[in-house]
Amino acid sequence: MSLVAAALSLGAVGAFFAALLRGRPAGGTAGFLGGLAACAIGAGAGFLLLVRNETSGAVIPWSSPFGALTFGIDPLSSFFLICIYVVGGLSLLYGRGYFPRARAGAAFAWMNVLVAAMAVVVIARDAVTFLVGWEVMFAASWLLVTFDDDEEARAAGFTYLVASQAGVILILILFGLLARHSGGVRFAAFAAAGAPPGVLASICFATALAGFATKAGLWPLHGWLPQAHPAAPSPVSALLSGVMIKMGIYGLLRTLTFLGPPPAAWGLALLVVGGLSALGGVLLALAQHDLKRLLAYHSVENVGIIALGIGIGMLGQATHAPRVAWAGYAGALLHTLNHGLFKGLLFQAAGAVGQSVGSRDLEKLGGLSRRMPATAVLFLVGAVAISGLPPLNGFVSEWLVYLAALREGTLAAQKGVAAAAILVVPLLALVGGLAAACFVKVFGVAFLGEPRTPAAAAARDAARPMRVAMALGAAACVAIGIAPAAALRLVAGPAAALSGTPLADADPALGALRNVSLGAALLLLVTLGLLAARRALLRRREVGAAPTWDCGYVQTTPRMQYTASSFAAPILEPFEGLLSLHARREGPEGYFPMHARDERHLEDPGEAIVRRMLRAVALVLSPLRALQRGPVQLYLLYVFLTLLALLLWQVPS
Amino acid sequence: MNPLAGVTVHLLMLLALPPLLPGVIGRVKAWMAGRAGPPLVQPYRDLFRLLRKGAVYSRTVTWVFVAGPAVALASTFLAGLLLPLASGRAPMAFDGDLVLFAYLLGLGRFFTMAAALDTGSSFEGMGASREAAFSALAEPALFLALAALAMTTGRLSLSGILGGLDALPAAVPAILLSVAALGAVLLVENARIPIDDPATHLELTMVHEVMVLDHSGPDLAVIEYASAMKLFITSALLAAVAAPGLAGHPLGLAVGALVVAGTVGLVESVTARLRLPRVKQFLVGASALGAVALAAAVFTRGAA
Repeated sequence: MSLVAAALSLGAVGAFFAALLRGRPAGGTAGFLGGLAACAIGAGAGFLLLVRNETSGAVIPWSSPFGALTFGIDPLSSFFLICIYVVGGLSLLYGRGYFPRARAGAAFAWMNVLVAAMAVVVIARDAVTFLVGWEVMFAASWLLVTFDDDEEARAAGFTYLVASQAGVILILILFGLLARHSGGVRFAAFAAAGAPPGVLASICFATALAGFATKAGLWPLHGWLPQAHPAAPSPVSALLSGVMIKMGIYGLLRTLTFLGPPPAAWGLALLVVGGLSALGGVLLALAQHDLKRLLAYHSVENVGIIALGIGIGMLGQATHAPRVAWAGYAGALLHTLNHGLFKGLLFQAAGAVGQSVGSRDLEKLGGLSRRMPATAVLFLVGAVAISGLPPLNGFVSEWLVYLAALREGTLAAQKGVAAAAILVVPLLALVGGLAAACFVKVFGVAFLGEPRTPAAAAARDAARPMRVAMALGAAACVAIGIAPAAALRLVAGPAAALSGTPLADADPALGALRNVSLGAALLLLVTLGLLAARRALLRRREVGAAPTWDCGYVQTTPRMQYTASSFAAPILEPFEGLLSLHARREGPEGYFPMHARDERHLEDPGEAIVRRMLRAVALVLSPLRALQRGPVQLYLLYVFLTLLALLLWQVPS
Repeated sequence: MNPLAGVTVHLLMLLALPPLLPGVIGRVKAWMAGRAGPPLVQPYRDLFRLLRKGAVYSRTVTWVFVAGPAVALASTFLAGLLLPLASGRAPMAFDGDLVLFAYLLGLGRFFTMAAALDTGSSFEGMGASREAAFSALAEPALFLALAALAMTTGRLSLSGILGGLDALPAAVPAILLSVAALGAVLLVENARIPIDDPATHLELTMVHEVMVLDHSGPDLAVIEYASAMKLFITSALLAAVAAPGLAGHPLGLAVGALVVAGTVGLVESVTARLRLPRVKQFLVGASALGAVALAAAVFTRGAA
């Protein structure tokens, strides 16, 4: 606890000096060093507490209306502390190379505040502290989203403001319901009061799901995410997509501990939401040309996979299958960490590309592997990891979710639950296949082939701190992929706590993971062996160099390479019924055609749903507009009337 | 059989048999067309000839182009270690290994597609795009069929599933439907007619072959060998599902795989390649078969 407090105060000190000295190089340095120290201590504290499986708490007396500020750490908090501080530290390190000296102070100040606020959210043990942390987290992230003060950032900031505050209202309602039921605002009271009776529990769950799903970016409440994350500077995008959206996952998991053993219907609800997010996210990602926007949609997909894991875990609890529940929660939690690592890495690499080329449009890139070799390799690691392919970390967490779904499908007594759980398997397979296709597209079009523009041809590799940060993230992805059993120890504790399983029962998956790890090592060895054999074979032979085979055409130009849109078109085609695609085509006409065009815009069906909801809200609330007249006197009258009403209400009693 | 001998036989089968399958397919097709056809060992000869050659590389390519074939072969080989070829238990078998099996094939595909895009050729990009589209749609069919089999046997590892398939009369519909879905997946995974014509001569109509246009010499040998190995392991899987009891019997499985290859040759002789838009319908149809298999498995579970 004291270590976490030290991390929090170091972050605060770093933020204070960075803000004080902003605009001067010293400010950037102060914020960077303070933040890095905070992240090192915070991550270390998280590891220590998790390994020791320790629970501790602290209470700071305060004369606020709802009493003291309560803090506490359990395995779930420790695990999220690790996610926050590891990805936070990597983002700060990357930011050191990314931000120009003059602006680094302000950026680091808010990044430190954001990291500290997230840490407060996961160690808060009463509703008020939680909400304070939650709102500071929102404010800091909002300032960072709008950091580059341009049209895109302002529009994104406004959407983010509305979405986030709508979510907070739901969370307030949730805590209100729980406080009313339990008679206190402390989480301990919520948990001690037991599950709310009857339908109230389901209302609480639905409210929590809607409120936290907005932050987590689950479909269809994800609309703000693909706007806000690309608008932010890249180190911040990495932080937002890597960990901040996971606070929604944390909130949901924490709420589940208050509501008692979940009925199967809740698990099914999460499966539906998670499935829609995973499939919708990856399909919309395939249609994007903007590198960062594409990555943001993949966050929707991955949060969907996490939700699928939690859903299976809840089904396991509902059907009294502790091993299923454990594997589901463990998969979801490990994917939370993994996604933080590889999504952070990918956003950082995308930022390096954007900074070096001056464009994030895939159709303007190409051939960057030769010009930015380090960034290219690191991006490839992230791409393989996010596609869930062995031997990297994405495979391990997706495999756990698969395993949980297969177990639940073959074990569950009710046919409906079994069918729902087993359907997760082909769904994940489809999402995985589409994600791999999408990242082949991104990597192939941006980094391979010939540069499509002069700017891409002149690209240079990223600055050293950026490369170091990316390399560390990539190393973590490889390490978790090759030694998953060690990584699983991180999630074993919190998963056992969530599923209500003692740790000893949860072991069978560990033996299988040793096989995964053996397979990963073998895979690397065989690949390297083959490459060595090839080298030996070719040593004394004639090795020629020629242009790429042009299939008989002459004078091919880099513009004639396959584009990202063409690559994605046949993959998206079977799904056109699900997505609203607006296509406009003008074919070549006449004997000497002068032009032809083919435009496609994919509209997010989720956004249409939200827009319809907002319109309904606006319609209901529009009579209130009459209150807004403008004169100050009128508003003073409102204040006076409110005061009077309150007095009349309170005085007689 | 003791474990060491089992692993040795397994490795021998996995490494030596694959090139025989394209030979059988070629022979069956020639026979159907009334020609004599190349000798059965022709693919082996082709491989050795390619291995003895030098190589030409495009000036555009990077290390990804070189890594593509190596990763494809390594991942296919590893996937082959998950099947119970020589004994009832594969060299690597654990709960959930069927996911690793499919994802290893996916890894090989990822790098093959990346290597194709590395050349900057429009044709190879087109091939990669088509391959990505088809394989993404084939993935649910494969997993639906495997999930149906896991459901009928109640086991979660390939060895367990394939060993547990016999003597389950109530599961017959699910197994038959899974065989149909797996057969369709086999045709897609191995780029056979009616999905893709390995013998086509126009770049524009190719899917898999166009991706490897720029590879030559030992690299091409590795690619050919990897695709033969993929054909072998998918055929062996199909044979073990179609004829329960074959799993773990080296000779039976080898014959089974050859019979599957012969059937592929027959299919190739009597069908034409599908138009590209039709391929997607074919794949969705395969997924539908898999879904019905899964439904049958859910409903007959516990009846046997």
